[in-house]
Amino acid sequence: MKPENEVVAQFPSLSANEALARQIAAAFAAQLDPTLEELGDLKTAVSEAVTNAIVHAYPERIGPVSLRLRRLPGNLVEITVKDRGCGIPDIAKAREPMFTTGGAERSGMGFTIMESFMNSFSLRSVPGKGTTVRMRKKLTGRGELG
Amino acid sequence: MQYTSLLQDKRLTILLSGEIDHHSARETMEAITSKIDVYLPRSCVLDFGGVSFMDSSGIAIVIHALRAMEELGGEVWLANIPAQPMKVLRAAGIEKLVRLGAERSPA
Repeated sequence: MKPENEVVAQFPSLSANEALARQIAAAFAAQLDPTLEELGDLKTAVSEAVTNAIVHAYPERIGPVSLRLRRLPGNLVEITVKDRGCGIPDIAKAREPMFTTGGAERSGMGFTIMESFMNSFSLRSVPGKGTTVRMRKKLTGRGELG
Repeated sequence: MQYTSLLQDKRLTILLSGEIDHHSARETMEAITSKIDVYLPRSCVLDFGGVSFMDSSGIAIVIHALRAMEELGGEVWLANIPAQPMKVLRAAGIEKLVRLGAERSPA
């Protein structure tokens, strides 16, 4: 599907950039006239995906995280979060609710939330190469591109 | 993330405000734990009234407070939860762990 609009942002895996990523996603989605709930869902999903990259992809160093937002035909928003970090050795385990390797301040609910707040969710990860999360959500709004 | 707290009749109320994410979670957890350790309350109310955004880091904060209160034989209440944080908490099944939806703090 050819995107109707697209933005790509790249930033280092600093936790201060979690809020930045949410703001970028919210600003991009605003042109589709989302409901408050839809906007909250998108911001939450972005926050989870970007936090995963920051916490897990680069445990010992700061590395690049990219966030791509696309508007697709049919009022779809596609969010892709990509890192070039260590990868996930056991994807099935990582996706289990309440499983985390991230310490006390993580709940292990990130993937569960991404899957339930978005309409589609895919995860590709290669150990040593990096991880890509792609999610789509159909919005009810009728925003038109000017 | 900002917080203020008040203690009344062994009930510790912590008013959370701003955005709760991983960036602020550890500091918030440590602040809540230190208040519980100092005041030894019978119940702890986490008031989400001023929270403008919360991701799954908030779940970890609630569970952390719950563990600290369980050590004292006390309980945790969550109050004034806006729609977005509520959706995140419900996705985690948090209502099975703590008392939810108290508009007013418990007596």
